[in-house]
Amino acid sequence: MAKQAIAGQGSTYQINAHDKRMWREVVTPEGAVIHLRLADAGERAVALLIDAAIMLITLIVGAFVIFLGISDGFFSAWGEFSEILFTLFFFLLRGFYFTAFELGRKAATPGKRVMRLRVVARDGKQLTANAVFARNVMRELEVFMPFSYLLMGAGDEPVSGLMTLLILVWLGVFVFLPVFNKDKLRAGDIVAGTWVIRNPKLELAEDISQAVAGKDTSDFQFTSKQLETYGEHELQVLEDVLRNSTHDVKKAVADRIRKRIKWDPVPGESDKEFLDAFYKSLRHTLETRMLFGNRKKDKFDLEKKG
Amino acid sequence: MSDADLKSYRFRSERETEWRSLEALLDKIRKRGEKSLGREELLELPRLYRAAVSSLSTARAISLDRNLVSYLETLCAQGYLFIYGPRTTFWQKFSSFFKRDWPAAVYDASRATLLSALITFGFALIVFLLVQSDPEWFYPFQAFPDERTPEASVETLRASLYTERQDLAGSLSVFASHLFTHNTMVALLAFALGFAIGIPTAILLAYNGCILGAYTAIYFNKGLGYEIFGWLLIHGVTEIFAIILAGAAGFMIGGTLAFPGDKRRVDAMADAGKKAGTIGMGIIVMLFLAALLEGFGRQLINSDETRYLIATLTGLGWFSYFYLHGRRVR
Repeated sequence: MAKQAIAGQGSTYQINAHDKRMWREVVTPEGAVIHLRLADAGERAVALLIDAAIMLITLIVGAFVIFLGISDGFFSAWGEFSEILFTLFFFLLRGFYFTAFELGRKAATPGKRVMRLRVVARDGKQLTANAVFARNVMRELEVFMPFSYLLMGAGDEPVSGLMTLLILVWLGVFVFLPVFNKDKLRAGDIVAGTWVIRNPKLELAEDISQAVAGKDTSDFQFTSKQLETYGEHELQVLEDVLRNSTHDVKKAVADRIRKRIKWDPVPGESDKEFLDAFYKSLRHTLETRMLFGNRKKDKFDLEKKG
Repeated sequence: MSDADLKSYRFRSERETEWRSLEALLDKIRKRGEKSLGREELLELPRLYRAAVSSLSTARAISLDRNLVSYLETLCAQGYLFIYGPRTTFWQKFSSFFKRDWPAAVYDASRATLLSALITFGFALIVFLLVQSDPEWFYPFQAFPDERTPEASVETLRASLYTERQDLAGSLSVFASHLFTHNTMVALLAFALGFAIGIPTAILLAYNGCILGAYTAIYFNKGLGYEIFGWLLIHGVTEIFAIILAGAAGFMIGGTLAFPGDKRRVDAMADAGKKAGTIGMGIIVMLFLAALLEGFGRQLINSDETRYLIATLTGLGWFSYFYLHGRRVR
């Protein structure tokens, strides 16, 4: 059963409060916990717009091919068929565009693929065909019906002002439903037990503790007191700095650490050398504590000392 | 590797090759499909996946390298999404749907189906009796602006039941337009409107029943009862059954929303929605068959007896499929 990832726990590293709220835990059938990132409402809206554009273009191109190609072209005797074919074509497009693509290997429509999203079953089990069908039949209620009513009216009568307002309210309720629940579910997701996640990106970078491998680090000997200053959170921030930051940020961070741990600079040491060495020593200390079940969450975590 | 290396780094360097090969396999699947995998790669995949999952648990316990843990987590997530994604072939899905899933789901929805049928036929009967007592009652339920009204002569009404023109284009046009007529939209909406606690579904079914009752009554009043039911039932057995099932699926969704039982409401909704979805996919099949029967069967067969024969056969077919076969396989 999927749960909301508990803030601060687990290994997911969240950028900000919003990002933190968007991670979900899924327990695989093997009993392993993995974290998945829900898609933002904006990403899904863009994906839907892309799909709508594709459907519209397909419809227009299809209409041209059917009406020009068949009525006036080669099969001119079959004129009557063009209208029938177009009806069938429209029916298939409206009814099965989403379902057909989401049943595929990527479990995503072209719009979702562009936005790197996919549909997943909320219970962590397999995404089944009936779930995909159910989530997409609901689109009939959420979008297609109010839209076509708004555009074409009922029969030949134009839509009155009050009716237009009611339809807009109806559309608004369903369109904004995903914004107002924490799992970003639309009506179809609720009915089908699915949610839309970001396709996870895969990247294994070099281990930073190897930056000092083979180098002489005898100049950088930290005392145990110096290494007790920081905790796991600071270690991960430092990792982030070492991987992604500019020279200036590294210099600022190095200066702050030197000041805080009262480090006497070795003559001619560079900021990078200092940070690499400090990172490795700190990680060694914290990982050793971790093995003994004595973790230090961050620099404020002073209760128990190893 | 030297003693100066961190334990967590040694852990990583001992296993990295395996992770990389899982990554490569998943990449290959993503780019070229699972069929591109060789026999050995296919056997290797679950082993590598389990190894990665176990590495992830270990890494969480011993390593503070965030990049490593999030890499493993993503690797496991991708493996998981593939292994538990929609992976069965189309034909497997197709055959299990018709052999088991669909009839079993319809059988399980028997009570909702009964409710749905009672609403449809109850209102049909009421309006039927009303129009019989006073033809003016027909007009509130007139759904089609054509010559079929209480004022029409017996000849006009009789003519509307049989087709003179029996060519392919005529049949196809009825078939295609039918996919989009009234009834198909009623079925899809009856399903989707279940989301509003089922009340709009009930209204829709009742209204549909009213139209049914009103139109059969005007024919019945003119002594064309036998003929109208033949005309209606040749495809109507399948079509009305499909609409009733769509209503039942809507009631399942709506009923669960109102009374989720012991489960959390979203979880209960998800379970009911998946069952309703199975029924819903079948409804599309039924409506397609009904359109075929209406387009070709009814246009080409103008004998009442044959129409009744087909109606009886389809009725028996659906009932035994859902309620005998469905009961056995559920």
